[in-house]
Amino acid sequence: MTATTSTSAAPATPAPPADATRDEASLRRFLLGLPGVDQVGVEQRAAGLGTRSIKKDAKRWAIDTAISMVDLTTLEGADTRGKVRALAAKAVRPDPERQDTPRVAAVCVYPDMVETAVEALKGSGVHVASVATGFPAGRTSREIKLADTKIAVDAGAHEVDMVIDRGAFLEGRYMDVFEEIQAIKAACGDAHLKVILETGELATYDNVRRASWLALLAGGDFIKTSTGKVSPAATLPVTHIMLQAVHDWHVTTGELRGVKPAGGIRTTKDAIKYLVAVHEVAGEQWLTPDLFRFGASSLLNDLLLQRRTQVDGHYSGPDYVTVD
Amino acid sequence: MPVFEYAPAPESRAIANLKDHYKPFVNGEFVDGSGEPLKTINPATEEVLAEVGTASKSDVDTAVKAARKAYNGVWSKMPGTERAKYLFRIARLIQERSRELAVLESLDNGKPIKESRDSDVPTAAAHFFYHAGWADKLEYAGYGPNPQPLGVAGQIIPWNFPLLMLAWKIAPALATGNTVVLKPAETTPLTALVFAEICQQAELPPGVVNILPGAGDIGASIVEHADINKIAFTGSTEVGKAIQREVAGTAKKLTLELGGKAANIVFEDAPLDQAIEGIVNGIFFNQGHVCCAGSRLLVQESIAEEVLEKLRYRVSTLRLGDPLDKNTDIGAINSAEQLAKIRGLVEAGDAEGAQRWTSPCPVPDRGFFFAPTVFANVHQSMRIAREEIFGPVLSVLTFRTPDEAVAKANNTPYGLSAGIWTEKGSRILWMANQLRAGVVWANTFNRFDPAAPFGGYQESGFGREGGRTGLEAYLNV
Repeated sequence: MTATTSTSAAPATPAPPADATRDEASLRRFLLGLPGVDQVGVEQRAAGLGTRSIKKDAKRWAIDTAISMVDLTTLEGADTRGKVRALAAKAVRPDPERQDTPRVAAVCVYPDMVETAVEALKGSGVHVASVATGFPAGRTSREIKLADTKIAVDAGAHEVDMVIDRGAFLEGRYMDVFEEIQAIKAACGDAHLKVILETGELATYDNVRRASWLALLAGGDFIKTSTGKVSPAATLPVTHIMLQAVHDWHVTTGELRGVKPAGGIRTTKDAIKYLVAVHEVAGEQWLTPDLFRFGASSLLNDLLLQRRTQVDGHYSGPDYVTVD
Repeated sequence: MPVFEYAPAPESRAIANLKDHYKPFVNGEFVDGSGEPLKTINPATEEVLAEVGTASKSDVDTAVKAARKAYNGVWSKMPGTERAKYLFRIARLIQERSRELAVLESLDNGKPIKESRDSDVPTAAAHFFYHAGWADKLEYAGYGPNPQPLGVAGQIIPWNFPLLMLAWKIAPALATGNTVVLKPAETTPLTALVFAEICQQAELPPGVVNILPGAGDIGASIVEHADINKIAFTGSTEVGKAIQREVAGTAKKLTLELGGKAANIVFEDAPLDQAIEGIVNGIFFNQGHVCCAGSRLLVQESIAEEVLEKLRYRVSTLRLGDPLDKNTDIGAINSAEQLAKIRGLVEAGDAEGAQRWTSPCPVPDRGFFFAPTVFANVHQSMRIAREEIFGPVLSVLTFRTPDEAVAKANNTPYGLSAGIWTEKGSRILWMANQLRAGVVWANTFNRFDPAAPFGGYQESGFGREGGRTGLEAYLNV
């Protein structure tokens, strides 16, 4: 639990980051030298934590905390300014009849919708996040990715959700991925950078761990599981590995980085399982919207329904929460 | 910073259907035992749970006669396909009454409900399902064309997994056509007596299963009884040795599953985070009341500091407390006697110069609890590296080379289980061949399956339970 180990023995977690990224060969050695992930073990641990029983006050606290961590998202070809404004209104007042309901953390949109979202959320405290870099495939040139990022940031996005070049990663061109994240980070200016690993395409847990460290080394403020456009999206074991990575990063460097599972988290029950994982794998410190987010759209309404159930003592129905 | 404080989530005690009095089960009926009744307590609160009638020496004789009669008259003659139906029925009834059994087990034993609910009871049912499948296929088990049962089996089980150990004993005995006289442990008799009810519900012929609560003297009466053909014992090495002396020179067959001091060996190329999970599971599962617990951690020197640091962080997240709370990871130590034994050995560890670390978790004022403890700088010459502690106490030793790991792992009179953590497949196979342990886990720990034989070397006992091999212990081969 101390920040550094005072041993001369070869540490199993990382050498100082500066060494790791000196050149292509060092980066490769570093990433391939990370301890492996045993699939059976990590899935067993995730399933075990999933059996935690969160009741009463703990549940109410968890629901409010989860609401405050939602990145309310619309990423459709059919998005319009009207749709974005409606979503923004919902983000500020998730449950109009219950003014004590927390606001969500951010609204997440495509770069061309940032301006509309910024205007709609002005003064609300809700952030505007924008996907960028040729989301979701990222199969475009570096120039376009940078321009995409710049458009989002210039329009006022507080947060940028980029996608990594999975092709380059799977080819083993780690330095290309690293440099691209660094370049996008530079283009972000003051905006926070979330790095989407698209774990469903990386396929193995070992790759998830390597990509997590790669993104942290390159300066990502958050590591994010998925675009939501690829199945499987967020899973508990994958999120475990990423939470372990930010925990270890903190132990190694003292810096706090965040995690965002996205896609496929639809129920309060699931969200609470993730919060338990945040609590017990990364640590209590991560239980804040600054360091943990849910990328979701339908999750919010279930959280609101469950919140009403907890407060009122009985269930209500889907007509009591708004459809936006 | 808000704290994620988990509200208590206790399972309802009412589900256990706890009764004031429990009685021995002989010849298909609950009878008044002529022994001195015992009071079984809840180790988490020290409250009396129930009064349990115990057997006397003459009750043992009555039970053995009933078992012999059932063996000669019904059970040994019944076709395997028919015996299987009873075992399937018992398995399903265990599932149907699983919540009741789980809560009762946690009350009587002190183990966390999440373990009795997710591990003990489902695995007990699985043993009956598995052995039900063997009942009509014994000719194909590899023991000749027409393997015969032994007769009456006397079975004595420990307090750490009361229902599961009962299942390990009774399921293979019944599947192979034997009848049973079983003594549950003195401190944990309750689930065995609910199991007796299940035998009634399943309409098992009277006398096939007899259950006699009592202390060690009743166990001794079973062992001595002239009309018993087979003794199966799980418990301490000391008692195991006494049983072996008693049985020597008789025609009784014997299997013993005794203590252990398992090495859990972590190499520098291990999947580290999962190894940490395996270490925790290996020693803190069931408060460390596990004969195959990974109580000696052998970690390669090059990663020792790293592993200890991660381990302490992980262990500090374990939640100790009310066994009935669904979020409890570590429950109560089963008895005051066991708690005193653990304390004594921990003091020996301090005195011998090992470096003690104890989880900062809160410990309840009442009941028998012991906070998870990790000793670093342990050496082979210390008592805590040699003696079975049978509690939530881990001894951490280091090694430099694979040969040294093998030498240290094998340097124990025990030999029940071992664990290997490495990503190198060839090393797993090489190590597994070198280690003198009945069960060797690779990149996991404390995994059980009815199809996998379990048993020990040397002072950990002999004979196997589970799998095809386990059938041999109940067949005349």
